Amino acid sequence: MTTPHHSSLPCLLKSVRAVVLAAPLWATGGVPALADGKNFAPIADPIVAKECGACHMKYPAGLMPAASWSRIVAGLPDHFGENAGVDAATALHMVTYLTANAAVEKPPRGAKGGAKAVVPAATADAPLRITELAWFRKDHGPRRISAAALARKNARSAGDCMACHKDAEKGMFDE
Amino acid sequence: MTVECRFNSIRLAALVVAVLTGAGAALAAMSPAQQAIHDGFAAAAKVKDPAFTQFSIERGRTFFLATHIGGKAATPSCTTCHTADPKKVGSTRANKPIEPMAGSVNPRRYTDAKDVEKWYLRNCSDVVGRECTALEKGDVMVYLLSL
Repeated sequence: MTTPHHSSLPCLLKSVRAVVLAAPLWATGGVPALADGKNFAPIADPIVAKECGACHMKYPAGLMPAASWSRIVAGLPDHFGENAGVDAATALHMVTYLTANAAVEKPPRGAKGGAKAVVPAATADAPLRITELAWFRKDHGPRRISAAALARKNARSAGDCMACHKDAEKGMFDE
Repeated sequence: MTVECRFNSIRLAALVVAVLTGAGAALAAMSPAQQAIHDGFAAAAKVKDPAFTQFSIERGRTFFLATHIGGKAATPSCTTCHTADPKKVGSTRANKPIEPMAGSVNPRRYTDAKDVEKWYLRNCSDVVGRECTALEKGDVMVYLLSL
């Protein structure tokens, strides 16, 4: 049995479209750190995997910008209504990893480039939810995540990625 | 010492050992890591109540299965997330599976002191609305490890 071969032209067009569409997204919550196509690096740090993965899906770090991760980790004692607090050393470890692997932010004009050595401070307006980010809303129009659409897939919410993207935890969102 | 006397000493020693291990049978299955955590709770319980002798599986079972008032409305009981059968897989608010709590099914339970304290702190706050006492923590521990 042979598997169907996907023509390379639609894939190429999709990639081009993604880059073109990405341009206006730079200022509004970062561009997801795409490894290729719609694939992200899964959480590779064991401490982060353990702490984040204890209660929910391990959201790949590349889905959100660094400022959002800083805000999330700083707010763990009241994490969407749950106490997910960790000790200071663990929190520092987590925020360092998550911000180092976060969605790419547009560098400020004149910046000399490179190092992600500095952990950005948590800003009060950094989005807390992946579903609030502009790129997410672009990819998931109202019809895709309507109540009916979510119910059809037994999704608990729009943040229940795995209801539609079975391999979301592995960073794969091709479906 | 005569042969008879030595034989009786051995029988006496065997009897004492049998009694001691029989008395501790309910708690005997702990690994060294679990024992250390257990002993930490016991020491704290003794500080609070000098009359404390040992934890109670039955008291732990009652506490675990009870509906508590004072915590969050969504989590009135340990069973809310862990189910009423600690040998079963539980579920978090986000539908993530929670490995069983029963010691026979999951021997890693109660082996990491930091983890134990972290989850007791969070879960007691959610379910009971306060920190659990050392007595409650120890009772629940021996109950879960007895299963």
